[in-house]
Amino acid sequence: MKDKIAEKFLMVVAFSAILTLALISFFIFQQGLPLIFKAGLHNIFSTHWAPTRGHFGILSMIVGSIMVTAGALIIGVSFGLACTIFLSEFSSGTIQKTLKPIIELLAGIPSVVYGFMGIVILVPFVRTHFGGPGFSVLTASIILGIMILPTIVSISYDSLRAVPKTYREGSFALGATKWQTVVMLLIPAARSGIIAGIILGMGRAIGETMAVIMIAGNALKIPHSILDSVRTLTSTIALELGYATGDHRAALFACGSFLFIIIVILNIIAIRFKGKE
Amino acid sequence: MIIETAKLNLYYGKFQALKNINLQIKRNLITGIIGPSGCGKSTLLRVFNRMNDLIENVRITGSVFFDKEDIYSPLYDIIMLRKRIGMVFQRPNAFPLSVFDNIAYGPRVWGMNDKMVLNEIVERSLTAVDLFNDLKDRLKTSALALSAEKQQRLCIARLLAVEPEVLLMDEPCSALDPIATGKIEELMQELKKRYTIIIVTHNMQQAARIADEVGFMLLGELIEFDSAKKIFTNPRDKRTFDYISGRFG
Ligand SMILES: Nc1ncnc2c1ncn2[C@@H]1O[C@H](COP(=O)(O)OP(=O)(O)OP(=O)(O)O)[C@@H](O)[C@H]1O
Ligand SMILES: [Mg+2]
Repeated sequence: MKDKIAEKFLMVVAFSAILTLALISFFIFQQGLPLIFKAGLHNIFSTHWAPTRGHFGILSMIVGSIMVTAGALIIGVSFGLACTIFLSEFSSGTIQKTLKPIIELLAGIPSVVYGFMGIVILVPFVRTHFGGPGFSVLTASIILGIMILPTIVSISYDSLRAVPKTYREGSFALGATKWQTVVMLLIPAARSGIIAGIILGMGRAIGETMAVIMIAGNALKIPHSILDSVRTLTSTIALELGYATGDHRAALFACGSFLFIIIVILNIIAIRFKGKE
Repeated sequence: MIIETAKLNLYYGKFQALKNINLQIKRNLITGIIGPSGCGKSTLLRVFNRMNDLIENVRITGSVFFDKEDIYSPLYDIIMLRKRIGMVFQRPNAFPLSVFDNIAYGPRVWGMNDKMVLNEIVERSLTAVDLFNDLKDRLKTSALALSAEKQQRLCIARLLAVEPEVLLMDEPCSALDPIATGKIEELMQELKKRYTIIIVTHNMQQAARIADEVGFMLLGELIEFDSAKKIFTNPRDKRTFDYISGRFG
């Protein structure tokens, strides 16, 4: 009897979670799509953003999001994989047990703290050593790269660890060094998990808002170099939604619709890869 | 004499798994190691290619000579050792790569990247284990799709591709059915012409069928080592006799 009640209760909770999600998606598209149709794709895919005067060009923001995300991936993936391989294959049990929780803890730090560190340390550093305003694609990429490290490390670490010990032994028994074993066997064997980790990290980088607003400079133009300021889709929504009305507000929901589609696609790909293991 | 141990002791932490082992393995023979579960057969085998180095807390005393050189001397090249002494494991451990990449794995580790040469090696190695005709159109498919017996053959082929001198086999047939076992045993007779084989087995009939010389181990000790005929018909030690007549183990 008690079990039945608990079961029903959990089902209601689960369904309301799913329902909320469905409602959110519906709401975003319901608000955003009409404007996309009304303004037309050539208006949307231009760089002219003056939503109060009928110009809804979000191209520079899309480019901004893509650049910042790509930069974050370059940094997050290279450091993340190096970190994972070191942890999983070249360090003792004690080091693994200390370092992995610390890296996972990085995921729990609020993004405003990352943004703050960016403003205080990284922005002046980039400005004095590389030039430009300091609030730039580069700065945002570095901070985002650090932010997605835990996602990439913990998922790809788990999939490397999941490669059976017998494979490692087989490889060593053929005279392979540790490094050869990692490159020729373990990474290919753990490939789908590693890719899933990277894609989930990518989703996080695209969606990140607060830290990016604080350090990317938010200039509304297509950047010419990685030292220029950029504005991302998420930044635009967060910065303007507070005062936007009418078509302007709808245009922000259109930004949201694009983000939503990108993230859903990334997650589907990630799930596909994860499922393959 | 290709491998020789002298006063070999091995400890896992405080536990002594091998006790004063002195044995001599002759070239181009099949040497069988038999004994009840947990007596240290696998441990002994893994001493020969230094696979125990991968386990923490292992301590070894005494010496092991391969081709007259002490493989546990500090300057000995372990990587080269593992090329010359290859190992087949209890469960087939074909890598999750294509058939071709499995065989080419060893040569690539050893720096061979020439496609033509690799093709040749793959063909030669697969032919040696009688798999080539079967797999020649499926070289690109995953090795994990093969049956257990074929995977074990593939593992042997993968080993032959690096041209070892000694093959260590740790219960290579325990995951296989009797027919597949028979085929692998035939293969071993064939391989014996060119390689020295050391095989660990639980299965006394198997040892009697294929081994030229046999060592019987009990609780970490090498109780008796002699020709297979002597061990199975007229053993010196009472414990050997008890084991082969099925009294324990
Ligand atoms: N990594 C290890 N750490 C500690 N003890 C070990 C380790 N590996 C094996 N042992 C112990 O050493 C002894 C010998 O093990 P080994 O695997 O060599 O036996 P075996 O004769 O191959 O047995 P089986 O027939 O079951 O394969 C066993 O008592 C085992 O518990
Ligand atoms: Mg064993």
